[in-house]
Amino acid sequence: MNDVTRWNTDNVENIEAHESAVKHVTGRAQYVDDIAEWPDQLHVATGKSVHAHARILNLDLSAVRACEDVIDVITYDDIPGDGDVGTVYEGDPLLATEVVEFVGQPLFAVAATSLSAAKYAVEQAIVEYEVLEAVLTPQAALDESSFVLPEKSFVRGDVDAVIAGSPFRIKGEQYIRGQEHFYLEGQVSLCIPNEDDGVHVVSSSQHPTDVQKLVAKVLALPIHQVQVEVRRMGGGFGGKESQAAPLACMAAIFARRTNRPVKFRMPRQDDMIQTGKRHDFWNRYEAGFDNKGRIQGVTMDLAALCGYSPDLSEGIVDRAMFHADNSYYYDATRITGYRCKTHTVSNTAFRGFGAPKGMIAAEAMMDDIAVKLGLDPLDVRIANLYQEGRAVTPYGQTIEQHMLPHIISQLERTCDYRQRRDEIAEFNKGGDSHFRKGLALTPVKFGISFTAKHLNQASALVHVYTDGSIHVNHGGTEMGQGLYTKVAQVAARAMGVSLARIQVSATRTDKVPNTSPTAASSGSDLNGMAVLDAMNQIRERLITFAASHFDCAQEEISITDDKVRIKSETYEFAEIVKLAYMNRVHLSATGFYKTPKISFDFDTTTGRPFFYFANGAATSEVIVDTRTGEYRVTRVDILHDVGQSLNPAIDMGQIEGGFVQGMGWLTTEELLWDGEGRLISDSPANYKIPTAYDVPRTFNVDLYDEANREETIYRSKAVGEPPLMLALSVWCALRDACASIADYRFSPPMNAPATNEEVYRCITLAKDFMERVDD
Amino acid sequence: MEFVLNKERVQVLDIDADTTVLNLLRQRGLVGTKEGCASGDCGACTVMVGAVTSDGQIEYKIVNACITLAGSLAGTHVVTVEGLQNGGELHPAQRAMVEHHASQCGYCTPGFVMSLANLVEEQIESDQPAGNLCEIVTRGISGNLCRCTGYRPIVDAGISALNDTSSLSVCHDDARDFLQTYDHENDPADGSYHRPRCLEDLDRFVGAHGNQCLVAGATDFGLEITQRWTRFPMIIDISKVIEMREIGISDDEISIGASVSYSEVEQIFAERSYPFVHILHRLGSRQIRNTGTLGGNFANASPIADTPPVFIVWEATLELRNSKGQTREVSAEEFYVGYRETILASDEYIVRIVIPVACVDRFHRLYKHSKRIEDDISSVMGAFSIWGDDQNIGGIRISYGGMAAVPVRIREVEAMLMGAALNIELVEEACARLRTVMTPMTDVRASAGFRMDMAVEMLDRALREYMGEKLPRVDDLL
Repeated sequence: MNDVTRWNTDNVENIEAHESAVKHVTGRAQYVDDIAEWPDQLHVATGKSVHAHARILNLDLSAVRACEDVIDVITYDDIPGDGDVGTVYEGDPLLATEVVEFVGQPLFAVAATSLSAAKYAVEQAIVEYEVLEAVLTPQAALDESSFVLPEKSFVRGDVDAVIAGSPFRIKGEQYIRGQEHFYLEGQVSLCIPNEDDGVHVVSSSQHPTDVQKLVAKVLALPIHQVQVEVRRMGGGFGGKESQAAPLACMAAIFARRTNRPVKFRMPRQDDMIQTGKRHDFWNRYEAGFDNKGRIQGVTMDLAALCGYSPDLSEGIVDRAMFHADNSYYYDATRITGYRCKTHTVSNTAFRGFGAPKGMIAAEAMMDDIAVKLGLDPLDVRIANLYQEGRAVTPYGQTIEQHMLPHIISQLERTCDYRQRRDEIAEFNKGGDSHFRKGLALTPVKFGISFTAKHLNQASALVHVYTDGSIHVNHGGTEMGQGLYTKVAQVAARAMGVSLARIQVSATRTDKVPNTSPTAASSGSDLNGMAVLDAMNQIRERLITFAASHFDCAQEEISITDDKVRIKSETYEFAEIVKLAYMNRVHLSATGFYKTPKISFDFDTTTGRPFFYFANGAATSEVIVDTRTGEYRVTRVDILHDVGQSLNPAIDMGQIEGGFVQGMGWLTTEELLWDGEGRLISDSPANYKIPTAYDVPRTFNVDLYDEANREETIYRSKAVGEPPLMLALSVWCALRDACASIADYRFSPPMNAPATNEEVYRCITLAKDFMERVDD
Repeated sequence: MEFVLNKERVQVLDIDADTTVLNLLRQRGLVGTKEGCASGDCGACTVMVGAVTSDGQIEYKIVNACITLAGSLAGTHVVTVEGLQNGGELHPAQRAMVEHHASQCGYCTPGFVMSLANLVEEQIESDQPAGNLCEIVTRGISGNLCRCTGYRPIVDAGISALNDTSSLSVCHDDARDFLQTYDHENDPADGSYHRPRCLEDLDRFVGAHGNQCLVAGATDFGLEITQRWTRFPMIIDISKVIEMREIGISDDEISIGASVSYSEVEQIFAERSYPFVHILHRLGSRQIRNTGTLGGNFANASPIADTPPVFIVWEATLELRNSKGQTREVSAEEFYVGYRETILASDEYIVRIVIPVACVDRFHRLYKHSKRIEDDISSVMGAFSIWGDDQNIGGIRISYGGMAAVPVRIREVEAMLMGAALNIELVEEACARLRTVMTPMTDVRASAGFRMDMAVEMLDRALREYMGEKLPRVDDLL
């Protein structure tokens, strides 16, 4: 598939297989649905609203209750505690009350002895609605001032005057569609009632503490009566940050009512219809710039389709605003984020968390500027990169380290950008071929830290046993990103023992409490540091003990390679641990970490929301059939900054996987609703994520070799989300190919995803432009 | 019903007729096989099924357990991800997946492992040189979706597994004995799941129960169960009816039984029609093509089925038979009478499809448009067959799928081109005419306007290519 896949050989020693790799390939890795079922176990399904906005006049469930194998049926009134399961703000009723606000909203829930019985039963309800007018697009929501939360702006300077006074101006708008997570394992929770009138929940969740809190809330229990356990997810991508909890809550209510174990697993189509996705955004932008393409002022309006409730949309639109600059200095600025309330499912976190939606506006703007001035888009990008003297972001944080000029120049060289640009220009002039090629090199600068400051903390629990084996728990969850592997590596390295001694087990709220979601790419940054803290404490206790026991200075003791060297003697690690135990040394510790240096005030837009930035750049080349809009991504080159890699194999996996997922969002994955607010891309038969065939045949990925200047875990950098946005290079390359039809004198306003049909539309616009010019 | 499940023989009695293989496996505690979509789109449920072919060979193929019916397993060897290891040793496909860091969340992994293991198995069975491994692997995993890795390490793992010379067949001695000695003729029906072996038997069932519960590969039917939660108390599995499994090739015609799978059809046309084989590669996935059948593609009467437009321009006929054993022949074109409606009487079924060799030998172009290249349903499917001499068009057939309620033939445009001397002006006129005779719809796959433009583009391209212009498609280039 690829000519070369490279990684920096300096880090090869850190390469370890995913801790569950053998279990994955043998089918022994257990997911929630794989847990053996109890004989009396129940299964849940929900009855769904068929209207986007309606008042429920009558809900007749008698036929539902009468169905064979149905054990229990609940509506909102049956919820023992508070039925609002909004994760940050209220507004998400677990089951509908008087009014429904999206097609698919759960009206009631059924517990039956089998999933098929539950699914059959929910169809038997008789529901009378009074249909109300529905708001279905961000444009309509703006017209009606329909918002889930108020707008926010970053303002610097008198931007309107600056733009008006600029030598050149461009202006554009784009509709950027959302994205279905399509984690291969759908949403699922299993709830087992316990003897303390509480519940044990096994969930596929990125946020066990959120599940725990909300289950306690709906059951009106103190939090300590609810335990949540997450061993692994079959993919999360943000979709299981807030969206996992409602399933656990419904299962928990039934479990308490029936005193039976209850599983709620959503079949794929229900999952697609009933759970939130990446937000659609309608972006408008205007820029003023000089004859080198250097921006003097930018205004941007970013309007997000949030759906019916706030969910995580505050932070998501914040992050879109924080990344509306991508890597570029705007000088005078006004960036406004709108959180549009629509009668659609409440949109939620998805890898990138709004940032891709801000960045795509920035990248479209760069291409527009290049076309306006007849420059290579890469030169416009380079001219606008943050640099000394032009280093303060629209939100007041100063970029301290300018990595992108170096990353871009290295990538430009290794991928032969200039030469290929010339060859492509030549090809595109070439006679009567119906193919055109496009090329684009785009950067990514992604801010690392939760913008909600309190989430930037983590805890860990470490036990050293008397045989020298070590058990590690932390607050992060494993969704495939390799967090458990990286944390185990950190633990082994911190103690000076081999990886084989470390067991990382399921994340549980009764082992490590008050956890933050595994989100914002923060998993290894936060939990790695918390584990390091715990390991250091135990290591210090062991060394203190050994110094006293063997009567030597602490400096004369070292632990490396499973051996404890004390003066000239060498002992097995287990031997010293056993000895320490016999001498009553505490061999368990909790670790804690909070990210330093960060704070941000939205009212004054001052401070430092991000501890540091992860950077990268990608070059993509495409070939387009101008007769049909069909295309292929033929070559991709990536250079990405992961600091000092904790595990290059895992980081490569995140970069490649993130890129392909981003490419899917921008190419074949078209999230569509009909005019009544019904999701019509509601199954994998009509919502197309990339297959192996879509991956570029030449796919070169390299890690940029530089340690994080900030004190992160072993100087590594977060890697979960940033690479997704490298795929913007594919979208820009497609736009470049379309612009070539207009001799690069016109940049067709391309929306996303750039499906064949969208590319064809842009080709047609470019042809129309040429006809107008020729006339 | 009896089959071999991994290393052991199992007897399954008294299961519901509409039980899927996936549910059967998971109820037996084999939970390594996952449900990702329950619609045959993601491949997380992929398992290998070994059976004796008509020429006595044992052949393994991958299927989607989520929509394959358990009753179809009688007399087979089912291999799941739990059954691949040999005495504690990982199978080469498993080992390569670990070594190449090809799993992240792991949920799709068992399915990929099975698809790769099947490629290894095919390589063991085959005496042919392997060819381009990257292409073989990419094609071999076309029915498996991964959301984490971006596929590169999986493809690398597949290439590495195919280069591993230590590979052993999954077919152990006991499985071989079982497969070779299984008495299909006397294989009793399991309660309400019937597996007739000949047309006479089938006629009896159809006579008693009608044709609504006829199932071959279940690649569409299975979704009724898993997506619409319909229950089927009785199922008639026609995939073992010998006459419907027959392939007959003479100088004049190619006859393909209705229960012949797409994968087998690929082989029939491998040397006869590159365009058709190319279309078949884009029809469903390997798993779907292994079980889905031509008869099913017709009988489901979907307006977006890929093969009917092809058979319409190839002037194929369908042989139909009713429960009384009476047969009739209809042309592919007249088989459809309305949206999701066919000419079939309630006790009638398709026995075979007969294609004149002369029609296949004519110049033809088959174009499919879809959002994704692999495993996607057409937004427009165009089929064009043109014959005549250098100067004049002797005859032409044009058919489209996805443009109307049924696969349609465009007689108006055919008529204006018939006998004409083809030139660019005429091509443009034909395209303009096409616009006036079609009214496509807008849906999730494409807008009406785009469908129309693509239908016109296809006609234009086919005619230009007939005139000698070379207009490759983007996937022809790479």
